[in-house]
Order: sequence, then C-alpha cells, then structure tokens
Amino acid sequence: MTASLTFANLACMRGGRVLFKGLNATLGAGDALLLTGPNGVGKSSLLRLIAGLLPAYTGTVTHDGRLALSDENPALDPRLPLAKALGYWAGLDSTGPAAVAAALDALDLTRLAGVPVRLLSTGQRRRANLARVLASGANIWLLDEPGNGLDTASLALLERAIARHRTQGGIVVVASHQSLGLTNAQAVELEPAE
Amino acid sequence: MKAFLAILVRDLRLSLGSGGIGLPVVFFLLVATLYPFAVGPDGALLSKTGGGVLWVAALLAALLPVDRLIAPDAEAGVLDQYAVRGLGEEMIAAAKITAHWIGFGPPLMLAAIPASAMLRLDGETLAAVELGLLAGTPGLAALGVMVASLTAGLRRGGALAGLLMLPLAIPLIIFGAGSIGDFGGGAVRFLAAASLFLAAVAPFAAGAGIRALRE
Repeated sequence: MTASLTFANLACMRGGRVLFKGLNATLGAGDALLLTGPNGVGKSSLLRLIAGLLPAYTGTVTHDGRLALSDENPALDPRLPLAKALGYWAGLDSTGPAAVAAALDALDLTRLAGVPVRLLSTGQRRRANLARVLASGANIWLLDEPGNGLDTASLALLERAIARHRTQGGIVVVASHQSLGLTNAQAVELEPAE
Repeated sequence: MKAFLAILVRDLRLSLGSGGIGLPVVFFLLVATLYPFAVGPDGALLSKTGGGVLWVAALLAALLPVDRLIAPDAEAGVLDQYAVRGLGEEMIAAAKITAHWIGFGPPLMLAAIPASAMLRLDGETLAAVELGLLAGTPGLAALGVMVASLTAGLRRGGALAGLLMLPLAIPLIIFGAGSIGDFGGGAVRFLAAASLFLAAVAPFAAGAGIRALRE
C-alpha cells in the first residue's frame, strides 16, 4: 500500500474571511498528522479541503491513494441495521461484508450489528462513523475530532485502529484536542490568519 | 455504473420506507375524489374536464416528495461521502432522478385507473392520460430532483420548491392536458420532447446544485 499526501502553501477562505494560510505538510506511508488549534480556526475546513469538498483559496493538495473522511455527520441510514448501513458504503468502496465485519470487530460494535442506527447512543454512533472509515479500505484517513463522545475503552480501540492502519502503510490526518496516542506524528498548529 | 445502481436502489428503498411513494399516490387519488364533490356529479362535465384535473393532480403530487429527495442526504453527510469517493454529481443526480421516477411514475399511472373511474373518463381518454403520464412523468421526476437540489440548502426550501417547480412544469401540463383532446397525437410528441429536454438538462443542473451545497 503506497500512499502519500502533500499540501503546499494552503489557504482557505470561508465567507470572505481567510481562515488560515501558508500551511505545508508532506506525508508518506505510515505517517500521521495532528491538527490542533482553537475552535473555529479551520481544522474541519482543512480536512474538507484535503478531501476535495472545498476549493483551496491558494495552494494545492495532491494525494496518492483513496481518501476516507469521518466528520460529525454519520451518513448512515437511521432506519437500517448498523451492519447494513455500513455495508452500503463498503459496497460503493468495493470492500464488501468482510471489511464491515472486521471494522465492527475492531471498534467493538459486533453485537450492535443488527441494531438500527437511530437507536445507537452518541458514542456508539461516533464509533459507527469511524467503522465506516475502517471498512472503506482507503489509504488516507481524515478524522475530524474522532475522540469526541468516546469513553476510555473506545478511545483505546480508536488508537489501536489508527496504529494498525499506520503500520499497514496508511496515512492518518486527525483534527483533535486529544493526542490519541499518536507516535511520531507531524503536527500543524492552526492559527487565526489575521 | 455500479455506483449508479447502488444509489438508485438505496433511494428507492428510502422512498418506500418513508412514504415517498404512497403519499403522492394517495394525494392524487384524493384530488380525483374531491373534484366531483366540488363541481357536482355531472357526468358530462366530469368527463370533459377530468383529464385536465388528473394532470393538475399529477403535478401537485410531484411536489410532495421534493423536500425528501436531496435535503436529507445533504444534512446527513451522504452527499459529502459520495464526493470524497469521487462520484460525479451528475451521475448521482441521474441516479436520483431514475429512482424518483420509478417510485413516482408507474404508481401514478396505476392510480390513474381508479381516478379515471371517479371522473367518468372513457377508455379512450384514460388511454391518452396513461400515454401522457408515461411521456410526462420522467420530466416531472427530473424537475423534482433539480428543484430539490437547488432548494436543499435553504431554510423553508420546501415552500420555495413549489414556487420554482410549478412554472417550470407549465410545458408539461399544457402538452399533457392537450394530449387528451382531438389533436392529442401532436401534443403527446411535444410532451415527450419537453419531458426529454428536462430529463437531459436536469442531471447537470442538479449536479451543479449538489456541488453548490458543499460551500
């Protein structure tokens, strides 16, 4: 699995306001990037920008490998059982039920596989959201506050999943106020542009 | 193609589950039931005007599911996830239009049979209505998804969707109702042309609308 992610001189403009500018990073297989900074400084916007959901004001993002994004939106059909809701995305990603089962197992969701998504608690939904990323088989994970609402045990599962992804040559970009046990991670501290 | 089918099947399943198919049909039948109460049980008048009433009912029924076509997917982040996977917005829109038509066109054509009985339409008129619905509902479905994507990001977009959609549907209703009368053959061709035009343009307009939602 070869993956790379590079951005250079990146700036983001939202609603006529420059959120950040001059951001650079180069990530190769197994690398991690931790985005920190105060609320509203543009961490989520940077992730959306890398994911191609927002246009860059200046600068470029290049990546080699498939992307997977986990933000505050679950994007799972509330009426469907969890495994089926995840299966929809795994089908689009051509990874299939085995990847879903592995992702559910990795985040301790296996016994909730048959429970409709709407009945899940906040923390369970957060883990389901992360399971979607795990099951995608993508090389580059973009995680926006992945630790929000997770209990200690779930945080440990998340840290283990991230570590495993990195040893398999994957890239992780995390916007978080928690350190999430990232070792040898690059860090970008976003500051208000003004 | 795989993604097109997956989105189509998902949208169909969702509209089945949320009353997106049943509701327009029930509404359509209700209008056909109420109209004779409003104008009286005059068989000649009913059969003369009934075809046009069915077209107005079809148009209004097409409005009902509009707020469910795009906005829920935008709010839940489903459209973002499609974009992260690099799926084209035009393809997504085309899949949504196809799914919407399957859940809307054929059920309406079935409902037109009991509705025509309530409006005292003869077999010939019913055949014209059915042919017109077959030609016109793809255009209505395309229009619905297009308007839904343009109004999804707005507050109270549902109300605006009606204002936007009804004027754009004027060609469909003119040629649709026109296809029932004496010069029906020509009108149904125009209806098919208008419908085809909408179905061809809508994926691009809706695709642009979906892209604009991300901003």
